[in-house]
Amino acid sequence: MFDLLSFLRPSGTFSHGIHPAENKHYTAHMPIRRLPFAPELVLPLSQHFGAPSEAIVHPGQEVVRGEPIAKANGFMSVPLHAPATGRIKRIELMPTAKGPRTPSIILEVYPGDSQEVRYDFPRDYTTMEPADIVKAVQDTGLVGLGGAAFPTHVKLSPPKEHKVHTVLLNGCECEPFLTTDHRVMLEYPEDLIRGTKILMKALGAERAIIGTEENKMDAVAAIQAVLPADGSIEVRAVPTKYPQGAEKMLAKALMGVEIPSGSFPSSVGLGVFNVASTAELGALFPHSQGVIERVVTVTGPGIEKPGNYLVPIGTPIGFILDQLGFAGSANTLIMGGPMMGGSVSSLEVPMTKGSGGLLVLTEQILEQQHELSTHPCISCAQCLDACPMHLNPSQLGKLAYKHRYEDMQSDFHLMDCFECGCCSYVCPSGIPLVQYFRIAKSSLREQAARERAAAS
Amino acid sequence: MSTAGHKVVLHTSPHLRETPSVKVIMRNVVWALLPIVAFSVYQFGISVLALTFVCVGTCIGVEHVACRLSGKQSTVNDWSVTITGLLLALTLPPGFPLWMAAVAAIAGVGIGKLFFGGLGYNIMNPALIGRAFAQAAFTAPMTTWVPIMAEDRFTQFIPSTLTLPFLRPESIQPWLASVAPDGFSGATPLALMKFEQVPTESLSLLLGSTAGSAGETSALLIMLCGAYLVYRRMMDVRITISILVVAALTTTVFYLINPDTYPGPLFMLCSGGMMLGAVFMATDMVASPVTPLGVWIYGGLIGFITIIIRLFGGLSEGIMYAILLANACSPLISSVTQPRRYGAPSKKGTG
Repeated sequence: MFDLLSFLRPSGTFSHGIHPAENKHYTAHMPIRRLPFAPELVLPLSQHFGAPSEAIVHPGQEVVRGEPIAKANGFMSVPLHAPATGRIKRIELMPTAKGPRTPSIILEVYPGDSQEVRYDFPRDYTTMEPADIVKAVQDTGLVGLGGAAFPTHVKLSPPKEHKVHTVLLNGCECEPFLTTDHRVMLEYPEDLIRGTKILMKALGAERAIIGTEENKMDAVAAIQAVLPADGSIEVRAVPTKYPQGAEKMLAKALMGVEIPSGSFPSSVGLGVFNVASTAELGALFPHSQGVIERVVTVTGPGIEKPGNYLVPIGTPIGFILDQLGFAGSANTLIMGGPMMGGSVSSLEVPMTKGSGGLLVLTEQILEQQHELSTHPCISCAQCLDACPMHLNPSQLGKLAYKHRYEDMQSDFHLMDCFECGCCSYVCPSGIPLVQYFRIAKSSLREQAARERAAAS
Repeated sequence: MSTAGHKVVLHTSPHLRETPSVKVIMRNVVWALLPIVAFSVYQFGISVLALTFVCVGTCIGVEHVACRLSGKQSTVNDWSVTITGLLLALTLPPGFPLWMAAVAAIAGVGIGKLFFGGLGYNIMNPALIGRAFAQAAFTAPMTTWVPIMAEDRFTQFIPSTLTLPFLRPESIQPWLASVAPDGFSGATPLALMKFEQVPTESLSLLLGSTAGSAGETSALLIMLCGAYLVYRRMMDVRITISILVVAALTTTVFYLINPDTYPGPLFMLCSGGMMLGAVFMATDMVASPVTPLGVWIYGGLIGFITIIIRLFGGLSEGIMYAILLANACSPLISSVTQPRRYGAPSKKGTG
């Protein structure tokens, strides 16, 4: 509970955080395998952070695998590519992992097709200008594959006053159960290095550090074997701890710097990218391809054949579960990891660019969780000792209970919370702290939007 | 296998938790207190056993009835009120009249805990509220001490124990003369030191072969029980450390000024309720600050005030009021010692 000896431990990590059971043994050793095409793919136009893509196809149109089917709507947006050769069936509202139904392109896959990817033209980043690289990255439709789905090319265009000197590659994958990044680092280290070089070129950065956790030393070895001789890229393992994979925690662990509250990493000269995104960039960029599939860890005690699968974007969850088999009856499906992932409301929900994991828990596990009934806060201070942002979740929780959201924001820095869930995880009273904070934050955002609307 | 018809359960993240619940923490504190109670029963006999049952029973009863009256689900099964009962019994003199103990328990749980809204909302430690109430209401019985290891302690109650409700206890002098023919001063080591300048050997303080409240005699045993909780990560050892360190430092300063009048630090740490207070009372999670810096300040405050009361106050013992005072300060301490958050703008411009 109280870490008196923290100052004795080697640095190279952040303070606070938790050590949940890793549960990576289900899939860590399993090579990436391809999953068959579902008969119908559901492609939401908004799979990323920013403006939704704009469809450029019409129902009935035939598309080839890899062909753009939606274009970027402005700079804060990315295009969408056909994950399979087939026919556009319709464009309509479909359920998504986040909840609300959003406009989606439904693609009927041709079963007999060879599913050859339509290549564009070769590109050589070494001879390209940074601005052209940024445009080319946008054309690949690449977004952060770690979960946030933030468009990669936007991160490559930091504000002019910020000079990025170091690129950090985030391969921590601190969420329990997930092994996507681990397998990508292990199996595609060349792509990762190429992607890293592209990012460095675009940002004008002199060096890059690939950061991972100490539970993935085989990946470290695989990367070390292909590192460039000039020493511009290095790989480092930091202690395994949740949430090491948060970019603010990684910056602290690898560089010893804190990203100021409310600022981008570029304000301290850093660019932080997920390793799977970077490896994807390294694979797609030279051929001018778009993102049409991604590696997904399908895992948990509720699945018969857990593993790391290459899944076409838009594959419905129900199809994956049918292929890999439920081990239980009524399960809880989680898109992402157990700490930050969201429950899924419908089996029609498709895998999108940001979904790196599909976790299937069992009823037994859930029942164990429900045994923690909610007591009042007993001020045990465990949440303060867990919060990686050094906030005061205990006090925030008490204020949230009284709906004093403004006080939470002004006096206790609610907006610095990135919802890692450590506080809820350790709370002996079973208070759903992080859920309170989500509600408080969205309520404050709505209020701010209303005020802006009223002012204009 | 078809997926149609599967029930899908929705839940908010984090979906997994691995933490001892409030109930488990409280139950472990009860386990940790039991050896101290057992040792006390061994030393003082069935009177302390009866005292413990009365205190715990009354505390549980008050909370249960109060919850029922206010139409809430009974909260006695979270074990916290059991701790209050045990702690209260341990702070009372072994021969304390049982009816008075029951009144103290009602005051402690009723005023100290339930009036504020129950577990989690009390400002001060309920057991100490009960003891403070008894100290004010029943001054004479609260300072009547008995010798340890009386011969017939397992067959016979201390005469004052069975005083009828609403009556004052009879004098226990005849009983004292019979169990301790060599003469028993009737004072605790702290009172002996303070009022008569008679020191007690540190070893007997450590092992507990002295007079005192039911559970405050063996410093060593209390430390061992506390160590179990620290090992299980269910107690904030920072509070205990800061109390003991500051108390020792404060004592040392006065001891160096005048060793004849003022006792040494080891005596101060091992005597009276210091150890029980520092290990089990001050560390009450609800009434102590939550911030890392706050707990050090809180502990230091208790250590300092205890020694000042002991040396200069009218009472020989001071930790009870020191803890209650610090409990009252802890919301303030928490609010002025908010942790520096990650990425906070700093004046040096390091962020």
